[in-house]
Amino acid sequence: MYAVITENLKKNYNSFAALDGVSFSIKKGEVFGLLGPNGAGKTTTIRILSGMLKPTSGSALIMGNDAERKPVEVKKSIGVVPETSNLYPELTSFENLLFAGRLYGMKSEKAGTRTDELLESFGLKEKRDVLFAKLSSGMKRRLTMAASLIHEPPVLFLDEPTTGLDVMSARALREIIQSLKQKGITILLTTHYIEEADRLCDRIAIIVKGRIVAIDTPETLKKSVSASSLEDAFVEITGLKSELLFQEKEGSR
Amino acid sequence: MKDALRAAFFIALKDMKTYYFKPPNISWGILFPFVFVLAFYLRNPGDFSPLIPGLLALSLLFGTTSMEAIVITFERMTGAMERLMLYPVSTLTILTGKIAGGAVFGIAVTAVLLFGLFFIFPLDIANPALFLASVILSSAAFSALGAFVSVAVKQVFEAQTLANFFRFPMIFLSGVFIPVSALPPSLRPAAYAMPLTYSVDSLKVSFGYTAEIMHPAASLFVLLIFTIVLLALSVKIMKGRM
Repeated sequence: MYAVITENLKKNYNSFAALDGVSFSIKKGEVFGLLGPNGAGKTTTIRILSGMLKPTSGSALIMGNDAERKPVEVKKSIGVVPETSNLYPELTSFENLLFAGRLYGMKSEKAGTRTDELLESFGLKEKRDVLFAKLSSGMKRRLTMAASLIHEPPVLFLDEPTTGLDVMSARALREIIQSLKQKGITILLTTHYIEEADRLCDRIAIIVKGRIVAIDTPETLKKSVSASSLEDAFVEITGLKSELLFQEKEGSR
Repeated sequence: MKDALRAAFFIALKDMKTYYFKPPNISWGILFPFVFVLAFYLRNPGDFSPLIPGLLALSLLFGTTSMEAIVITFERMTGAMERLMLYPVSTLTILTGKIAGGAVFGIAVTAVLLFGLFFIFPLDIANPALFLASVILSSAAFSALGAFVSVAVKQVFEAQTLANFFRFPMIFLSGVFIPVSALPPSLRPAAYAMPLTYSVDSLKVSFGYTAEIMHPAASLFVLLIFTIVLLALSVKIMKGRM
């Protein structure tokens, strides 16, 4: 039923709480958005879920596997598109995807076939033998997403996938995300673009200072604060909650 | 195990393709050993022969450690290491692949050097099997040393500087130019703590000279221990940074 379950995730860096008890669940096939201001804990959450970072306490299950105890199993079931397109500049599009496939344990022949399929479906067939360094930002982003899908994972984490892209590239990427949703892939998406979250996500969690302050469908979030747009709802919720958290911390001193 | 080795192989292969001709590698890993050897040959061509095993070991040392400074530190700077950590492979597998790529580079540079020496000098490798084993195990140990140095720093130049902190004393203390037995007694423990000492000693035997430190089989074993310990320490440091 659930592809991702987090329970009371906490991450402290000395006295700073990057995550302060984050709990949420993502149903299989759902597109789940994590919205929040800079430094709210979105990337930290993704890094813990992908087995890259150990939480101070709490647990994260991905397709039934604990991210801390079984990181290799978790990594097999997820694809991650990090904030920066970090494939190898010195390798071509084809070589980058082939390398990714091989590290996911695919036989070279199968990885090659899958690479060509992905280059075709991501509109990069003509860039097959072009170095990653020579691609445009939009193409780099698409190729990074293709690399995360080489092993056909059931769960995909997208960390700010359209940040820094021009309008057309961002639009093309959103269409890809929608097509992945139609294929039944569970997606956790962090974004700064509220319209994007509204359009793509089935449910949204709003995270502020390491805490989830609201979690619901975009429509219900709007209704909860009588907002006409998700942006208004976001400002209302994050503004209110930030103030409450500040008052709470001041009161505890 | 088989999957881990396969992944390590592809990581090494990718590193070879990607980083062999990065500028810091060309200066420290390729040019430095060639210039070094040429300088000593021109200084004293008549009595050059006893220096060859030590100079080959130095070539392996600089080739491998320079490569590691690139493949680990550079990837951490660009975020490529983080991507590597996203694949379903362990930190041990990643670093094994990195060390293997560095070892192959060191061997390749040294092979070219050896090939060049064959042309200008009558070289006689008395024990080719020992020579091969010494070259392979020395490369592995030096490459693991390079990995150990590189996981601890953030920038390529820091890795090269820190590597020099280990490399330069080794040049003078490991028997390349001065026999370890001729060193002041207070410096000998430092020589015994350096992998280059065992590399030079076993390579000398493979060229027909007498072992100075220990039996070559024991030297090879010590080099293997250096490789395992430095690899384990590198894995521990890298995991600690997660």
